[in-house]
Amino acid sequence: MSPGSPKFYGLNTVHKFIVAVLTSLCLLVLTPAIATASLQDLVQTNAKLITKSSSKTVGPVLDALQQYGGAEAERFLTDWQAKKLYFIKESGRFVLAEKAAKSADGKKQMLIRDAVTGAEIGLVSTKSIKQIKPNSGVRSKIAATLVPFQLGNPDPDIRETTLTTLLRDIQSSHLAPLKAAITNETVPALKVQMEKAYVFGMLAHGTDDAEVEQAIRGLAGDLSLDVRAALTPMLTSTVRVATTLPDDANLAREITPGRTIKRSDGSAARLSEFGGKDAELSVVTAYEMMVAAGLAPAFVTRAMRDEALIAATVDGKVGGYPTSGLDSDTARDAAYQQLVDRGVAPQLISDQARQQAVDNARFFAIYDNPSSLVTDAARDVLNAIQTKVTLYKYIDLLVDALSLASIYFLAAIGLAITFGVMRVINMAHGEFIMMGAYTGYVVQLFVPNYTLSIIIAVPAAFLVTFAAGVVMERLVIRHLYKRPLETLLATFGISIALQQIAKNIFGTQARPLTSPDWLDGAFAVNDVLAISNIRIAIFFLALLFLGLLLYVMKRTRFGLETRTVTQNPAMAASMGINPDRINMLTFGFGSGIAGIAGVAIGLYSKVTSELGADYIVQSFMTVVVGGVGNIWGTLAGAVMIGSLQKGIEWFNPSNTLAAQTYMIIFIILFIQFRPRGIIAQKGRAAEA
Amino acid sequence: MSDLLQRTVLTRHLISNPSVLVFLGVLALVSIAVTILGEGFGIGVISTSFTKTLGKTLCLCMIAIAMDLVWGFCGILSLGHFAFFALGGYMIGMWMMFARTKMIVIEAARNNALPPSPTEISEAVGTQIFGVVGGAEIPAIWAFADLFWVQLAFVVLVPGLLAFVFGWLAFRSRVNGVYLSILTQAMTLALSLYLLQNDSGLRGNNGLSGLQNIPGFDHISQGTLSIIFFLVSALALAVTYIGAMAVVDSKLGNIVRGIRDDEARVRFLGYNVESYKLFIFVLTAVIAAVAGALYYPQAGIINPTELAPIASIYLAVWVAIGGRGRIYGAVIGAAFVSLLSSYFTGGQAPDIPLGFATIIWTDWWLVLLGLSFVVVTIYAPQGLGGLIDRFTVRGKE
Repeated sequence: MSPGSPKFYGLNTVHKFIVAVLTSLCLLVLTPAIATASLQDLVQTNAKLITKSSSKTVGPVLDALQQYGGAEAERFLTDWQAKKLYFIKESGRFVLAEKAAKSADGKKQMLIRDAVTGAEIGLVSTKSIKQIKPNSGVRSKIAATLVPFQLGNPDPDIRETTLTTLLRDIQSSHLAPLKAAITNETVPALKVQMEKAYVFGMLAHGTDDAEVEQAIRGLAGDLSLDVRAALTPMLTSTVRVATTLPDDANLAREITPGRTIKRSDGSAARLSEFGGKDAELSVVTAYEMMVAAGLAPAFVTRAMRDEALIAATVDGKVGGYPTSGLDSDTARDAAYQQLVDRGVAPQLISDQARQQAVDNARFFAIYDNPSSLVTDAARDVLNAIQTKVTLYKYIDLLVDALSLASIYFLAAIGLAITFGVMRVINMAHGEFIMMGAYTGYVVQLFVPNYTLSIIIAVPAAFLVTFAAGVVMERLVIRHLYKRPLETLLATFGISIALQQIAKNIFGTQARPLTSPDWLDGAFAVNDVLAISNIRIAIFFLALLFLGLLLYVMKRTRFGLETRTVTQNPAMAASMGINPDRINMLTFGFGSGIAGIAGVAIGLYSKVTSELGADYIVQSFMTVVVGGVGNIWGTLAGAVMIGSLQKGIEWFNPSNTLAAQTYMIIFIILFIQFRPRGIIAQKGRAAEA
Repeated sequence: MSDLLQRTVLTRHLISNPSVLVFLGVLALVSIAVTILGEGFGIGVISTSFTKTLGKTLCLCMIAIAMDLVWGFCGILSLGHFAFFALGGYMIGMWMMFARTKMIVIEAARNNALPPSPTEISEAVGTQIFGVVGGAEIPAIWAFADLFWVQLAFVVLVPGLLAFVFGWLAFRSRVNGVYLSILTQAMTLALSLYLLQNDSGLRGNNGLSGLQNIPGFDHISQGTLSIIFFLVSALALAVTYIGAMAVVDSKLGNIVRGIRDDEARVRFLGYNVESYKLFIFVLTAVIAAVAGALYYPQAGIINPTELAPIASIYLAVWVAIGGRGRIYGAVIGAAFVSLLSSYFTGGQAPDIPLGFATIIWTDWWLVLLGLSFVVVTIYAPQGLGGLIDRFTVRGKE
């Protein structure tokens, strides 16, 4: 509305008044004919706002339409939003138009209908009407206006989509229709959703504190992210400084600069001795706040002091001080004091004086929401939720630790046989894991179906690494059974060679080993706790391996012979067991299991030539910590190392390197006290 | 009188071990040759970078001697000596980097209106050194970085203390054999992971750089410096060699060898096995650290990848190839394998076309090294030194 046309403005007001009267009339009488007429009137009155709409000016007409209500207004709004609305250039009447056949003289024509009643008007020339194209800002406002209409829509699907739009941006005008819709709602799930939306609306726009409080208390125990996101803004606060604490304000916390931190509920807590979080307000910033509030004189920084000194330099001297002598803070302070004494520079403020000034002032934060009823309720609920969230975070940590333990167990279990039972230090064990992972990758190159390829990859990896293990045992390890240290070095040579060969074949970049769809995704308990399926799978795979290994070693002929050969090869040989053959098969078996572990680890992380090297030290430590020669020991070692690493990470989540460092140091110390591991072997075998 | 006695003992020691004289003679000849052929003082046939490679090789020979002492004579397969080596480098590197940065900062502040104050200097140095890891404050461990003699003492003290604490803990609880190897490897891994962190105070994975410039010696050319470092390394190697031979030939050396061959028996004879092992472990750690302190100024840069566990295993490889249990074997192994390595991985070796494929040495050298290592372990457990023994010390023992 241009300020140059006050007459028109007045006219419009009169019209509006008439519209209002008519609207109330129609509401009273509710005859469709009158209603149609008045809607017609309403839109024609506001024609200018509709045809030349902008998101800033469209408000009044939308409000009027919302107030008017009814199916026709809804249809009109929907058409407007969908850019189906046209108007006749001459009369300004709103119509709906659709393409029609060309007229006899070849002009383009359109069939138009009245936008309000839907009654057909007839064919007109395309040039005589104009389309109304609301921009996106206007369209979103229309969408918001449509919400109350659609909440009562008989189609539950429309109600649900409306509710989703509503939850994204809820406005105060939606509260009343939403409340009405809740009572009418028949679908229970939707009703719950609507109630939730109503509560959120109340939080954002509620005016009655008691009602808002009720709404907040109703959210207690809800862990979902949107609840927390809705509650947190209720507790925003502004930091202030004053000489005394205010009496009438809704105080959130008192702040001691450099000493206290801000908690998520807006209250203050003391700074932890162990670091982690910085203080909310440093002494320097606090003093700056005091300066800004006029409570203290400006602080002269070192840079400002030096500038003043340089500016005051005459012939290489400041006052009586030669500049060449100003090479320390004490000398500069003394020279500057001269400037202060002469009255040409502001007084220096010492760090102690600054601390003193800050100590004497009161720093505090005031909730932006003035009602303590509301903020108290929000704080209570948020704290209760926070406690629950923390609990779930602990559970999450436990699950994390368990899955890391499973991975370490998988990586180490092959070693539990070759090192634990046979006492062969196989530094190339990690490379067997890597070979298994690459086998999986190669299988996937040929079998595009991921599920099928994994099913093929597992036995393929076993066969490949079993063969590699047998070859290695025959060619190298067989010669070194009496020299364990040299086995270490020889297998290390093999490890270097295998790693480099893998690098030469597959390149240095990581290769993907893609997991099938059913392994992607996560098992979500609630918004806080979600466990990825692949971790669950690895956990069960680890359990399966444990069972398999225990069965093979304790219940089969092969396991019995393996143990016999390990304990006393000569005696075993005299009993008709071929120690050479058993050694070969045992080593192959351990290597094969490493290969299968490689497939699992490859699914979990990227496949590179260094995949195995990343796990080798941890694997050995797992076996050593757990106790050599005992499968249960390996399990205990894996659980201990995995949970230890996750536990240390918990204290300093940003730094996994530190966690690994401290874990290794812990293990080195642990070995001091239990040199033979958690489950130590006893008797003669232990000395071997 | 005692002076005369000592001299005769030393002379006798040298006469009874002609290998020491041979070794010193060869080392002296090489040193003279490099000096004459190098760019610093001589005719410039050997490039500065190759002089540095040779100087670094001498340092590697030093740490190989340390490895041989601890593994070949005492039977402890330590996979952690490269950690001590790198720590020594870090300790001297801290001084070099700090002192040089400080000089640059003071030089840059020369034209300022006010002469720089100590706080301004330390702030500028902090920003220069720690800017890459997002810090500006100088960590507490750099407190003495400005003092050359203190850092020089740290070269010996820090690795020595680490070796002492680790060794004391490990030997006390009778961790031995492969368990000890894995434990030393874990120690190295822990240290390298620690140094990789940005807030370790040693610049994370950036490490320390610019170490080829010696603070206060900017006017001396790199060519001259490389020769000086080569000669100092040669001297250090000679001293280490004589010292190692003295240890090996002493009564201590006999006990240590006894521990290697049968630890339980030596213990039952009444010797405190742990103390002997600890002594050898700490001594060799210190030798490694000194070697590192000489190595990294020639390399110019040190970062945590230098002390990855694999480096210590390569060290074991050199000693094994050279021949364990003989000091000259370690030297030969280290010199031979490390020079060969730098030849093949440096890209100078010609590729071998096989028709269907080309053997690119940078790709296949490691495979060859790994496999030759297997062959040496199985078929020539005495290493290259064993071959030499076969021709020289026939009849003895």
